Amino acid sequence: MILDILSWVCLVAGGLFGLIGGLGLLRLPDFYARMHGAGITDTCGAWLVLLGLMLQAGLGLVTVKLVMIGLLLALTSPTATHALAKSAWTHGRKPLIPEEEGSSNI
Amino acid sequence: MFVVVTAAIILTMALALTRAALGPTVFDRILAINMFGTKTVLLIAVLGFLTGRPDFLDLGLLYVLLNFIGVIAVLRLFTYRHFGETSET
Repeated sequence: MILDILSWVCLVAGGLFGLIGGLGLLRLPDFYARMHGAGITDTCGAWLVLLGLMLQAGLGLVTVKLVMIGLLLALTSPTATHALAKSAWTHGRKPLIPEEEGSSNI
Repeated sequence: MFVVVTAAIILTMALALTRAALGPTVFDRILAINMFGTKTVLLIAVLGFLTGRPDFLDLGLLYVLLNFIGVIAVLRLFTYRHFGETSET
């Protein structure tokens, strides 16, 4: 019963984080800011949904597969994001910095 | 309750596809497609639990690898204009 409640809390929170990250991906003004929105869904959303499914499945092969999916996501998603950011930086995309705050334009 | 999470994930995928269609630069599109792939993995996992057959998780594992290799390959192609093979000249 407690496991059920915990699992539903994790699943709903994961879906909510996914929605927030999707809205951020759509609404934020800059490429690097949009990367922040996508990072929310890749970390918080994915891990909370997987954790909720693990609590729902109990001990067994299904949980092992879910842990494998989570580990693969934790390995590959930051690597892909890093490669994407480095490629964008190499191609000359500069972050959007307000003029009155940062005098040194990077 | 699985239906709620499935709907949230599908809505997020729709938002990511909108950004991929709108995106001003190619990096925005790649970022949106990368996020779309991650959401596909989650959708496969949740749909397996929704239909009571959590056997689709192997497909989720495969999709994680495909997504990663696809993003790296597209970035390489965009940067170097080829996939890394030796030139024929």
